[in-house]
Amino acid sequence: MANEKTKAFLAWLDARLPVIAFWESQLTRYYVPKNFNLLYFFGSLALLVLVNQILTGIFLAMHYKPDALLAFDSVEYIMRDVQWGWLLRYMHSVGASMFFIVIYLHMFRGIFYGSFKQPRELLWLFGMVIFLLLMAEAFMGYLLPWGQMSYWGAQVIISLFGAIPVIGEDLATWIRGDFVVADATLNRFFALHVIAVPLAILMLVVLHLAALRTVGSGNPDGIDIKKLKDASGIPLDGIPFHPYYTVKDLVAVGIFLFLFAFMVFYHPEGGGYFLEAPNFEPANPLKTPEHIQPVWYFTPFYSILRAIPSKLGGVLAMGLSIVLLFFLPWLDRCPVRSVRYRGYEFKIALALFVVSFIGLGILGGKPVTPDNTFWARVFSLGYFGFFLLMPWYSQREVTLPLPERLRAPVLPLEEREGWFWQTLARLWRSIQASEAYRSTCVWMEATWQRIQAWLCLQLQRLWIQINQRLSASDKYQSLRAWLKTVRGKQE
Amino acid sequence: MTSEVVDNDKRRFLTQTATVIGAAGAGLAAIPFIYSMRPSARAEALGAPVEVDISKLEPGQLVRVLWRGKPVWVLRRPEEALTLLPKLDNQLLDPRSEDSVQPDSSRNPHRSIKPGVFVALGVCTHLGCSPSYRPEVAPADLGADWQGGFFCPCHGSRFDLAGRVYKGVPAPSNLEIPPYRYVSDARIVIGEGDKG
Repeated sequence: MANEKTKAFLAWLDARLPVIAFWESQLTRYYVPKNFNLLYFFGSLALLVLVNQILTGIFLAMHYKPDALLAFDSVEYIMRDVQWGWLLRYMHSVGASMFFIVIYLHMFRGIFYGSFKQPRELLWLFGMVIFLLLMAEAFMGYLLPWGQMSYWGAQVIISLFGAIPVIGEDLATWIRGDFVVADATLNRFFALHVIAVPLAILMLVVLHLAALRTVGSGNPDGIDIKKLKDASGIPLDGIPFHPYYTVKDLVAVGIFLFLFAFMVFYHPEGGGYFLEAPNFEPANPLKTPEHIQPVWYFTPFYSILRAIPSKLGGVLAMGLSIVLLFFLPWLDRCPVRSVRYRGYEFKIALALFVVSFIGLGILGGKPVTPDNTFWARVFSLGYFGFFLLMPWYSQREVTLPLPERLRAPVLPLEEREGWFWQTLARLWRSIQASEAYRSTCVWMEATWQRIQAWLCLQLQRLWIQINQRLSASDKYQSLRAWLKTVRGKQE
Repeated sequence: MTSEVVDNDKRRFLTQTATVIGAAGAGLAAIPFIYSMRPSARAEALGAPVEVDISKLEPGQLVRVLWRGKPVWVLRRPEEALTLLPKLDNQLLDPRSEDSVQPDSSRNPHRSIKPGVFVALGVCTHLGCSPSYRPEVAPADLGADWQGGFFCPCHGSRFDLAGRVYKGVPAPSNLEIPPYRYVSDARIVIGEGDKG
C-alpha cells in the first residue's frame, strides 16, 4: 500500500523534475574504480566538514556580533551563556583545522596518484580555486573573534597587498575600509565569511563534482578503467558509487567523527594550534603579541614569506608558492599518472617536497632566529625545486609498464618492485619466521578476545542501567500505557 | 513588405554593440559597490591630532598613544643612545633616511625635532606589526650585536633607536615619523606639523 503510494509520488515527481536520472547519473550508475584506498576518502570527508562548517556557522551567526566593541564579548557569551554554544563554537573552530587536514591529504592524493593529469586538469583547477577560497574563508573567519592574534594576523595579511607596487597601499586601504584594521574591516569580513565566500565555495564544489562525473575518478594505478568494458558498456573494473563507496565512505566518516569528537571534547584548542593563546586577549592596536604566528594551516606559506629578506620578494614568493600548484598539470611532463609506476626521480622529489612542506610548516610557528631562517630558506628551495625542476626531471623518468587491469588498493610487499621494497619484504619474511613473532601473535589474539569480552560486559551494564532508569521514569511509564491504549484501539 | 533576406552582418553588429554597451553598463554599475568598500566619511574624519604630556617621561621610557587607530611611540632617548646612533650607519639600509617617510623637521641624523625625544609611528614598514621596544644591549634572543632598538616579532625586522632599519631584514624602509610639533617644552601634538 505505502510502497505503491511512494512509487506513484516518485513517478509524479520524476515527470516534473529529473530526480531518478540525477540519482542514477550521480550515484547508482556512476562507475568508480574498484580499488580505492585510504587516500580516496578525503573528498567525501571534505564535503562532510563543509556541511559541519555551514551548519555550526549558521547557529553561531545567531549569537555573534560583528562589531569591534562587541565581537570579543559576544564570542565569550557564546562560550559561557548560550546553551551548547561552546560545542557549536568548538565544532566550528576544530572543523576549520580538520578541513585543512582533509584538504591537504586530498591534494596530496592528487599529486601522489597523478589525479591532476590529463584529462582531469580542469577538475584540479576547480579544486585549487576551492582551496584558495577556503584559505580566504579561514583567514576572514579568524578575524571575527577579535582577539590579539585575529587582529595582528589580519594586519599582516592585508599589508601583504601593500607590497604591490603603485596600487598596493590604496588596495590595502580598500580591503580594510579604513586606514587600519578596524570595525569596518570586521564588519565586511563577517559579510564575506558568512555569505560571499561560502556561496562561491558551494558553487565550485558543484563544478568540481560535475567535472569529476564527466572525466571519472582516477585510481591508485592511474590507468583508464573506461578502456575495458563488458557487453552492457560497464567498465570491467568499475563499481557503482552507490552503494559500494557510499557505504565504504561511511566507515571513514565513523572513524573521522571519532577523531573529530576527541578533538572537540578533549583538545578543542588543539594544543594552541587550532586556537592560539594570544587570541584569548581582546585585540589591542597598540601592542603586537611577542610571538605572532598564523594558524598552523598557513604556516608553510608564512615561512616562505619570512624566509625572503625583501618585502616585495617575500610576498611574490608566497604568492608563487600557491600559483605553482595551479600549473601542476602542465609542469609534469611524465605520461604515467600513478607513483606506483613512476621513476625514482619523481619519488625522491615528492619525498623532499613533503619534508619541505612539513618543515616550513613547523618553522612558520616558531620565532625568527638566524638558524630558523636558514632552514626556512633550505625548505623553500625544496618546495620550489619540486615544481620548477619538474618539467626537467619528469621527462627523464624511466617508468614501469602499466597494468591492463586494476591491482590491489594497497600493493602487497611481494608485488612491489625495486630494491627498497624487496629488502623490506625479505625483512618481513624473516620476522614472520621468528619465534617472537609467533608468541606476539598469540598474545595479541588473547588480548583482543579480552577486549571484546570487556566491551560486551560494558554494553550489557549500560543496557541494564538504561532499562532501570527508564522504568523508574514516570514519563516512560505513561508513554508505554498510552502506546498500549493506541494499539488496543487499532485491533 | 519586409525583406526575406537575413542581414547577418547587421545582426552581428547589433549583438556586438549591445554586448559592449551592456558590459559598460555593468562596469559602471559596479562602481558604487566598489566605492562603498573604501573608508567612509566617518573613518576619514577620525584623524584628529593627539596631545601628549612628555614632562614625566623618564630617560629610556616609551609611551604609546593611539593616533588614527595606529600606535605612536614617544620615547625619551638617553644620552648614550644618541652618541651610539652615528656608529651604526654602516649596518643600516637607509642611514640618512633618504627613502623613508618623515616630516622635514625630523629630516636629520637623530630623526626628531629635539634629539632627546623620539616620536615614531609604531608600525613596521614590512607588514604592519607593531615592533617591540628592546632597549637592552645584547639580550640572549637578539644576539650579541644588538645595541638596543626595536624588534618586530612578526618577521624579525630590526630598527635602531632612531627607527632606522638594519640591513638584511624584510622591512624595506625606516619607521615612519608622523607630523608633530611642540606646544610647549612639556607637551607635543601628534598629527599636526609646524605649519598645521
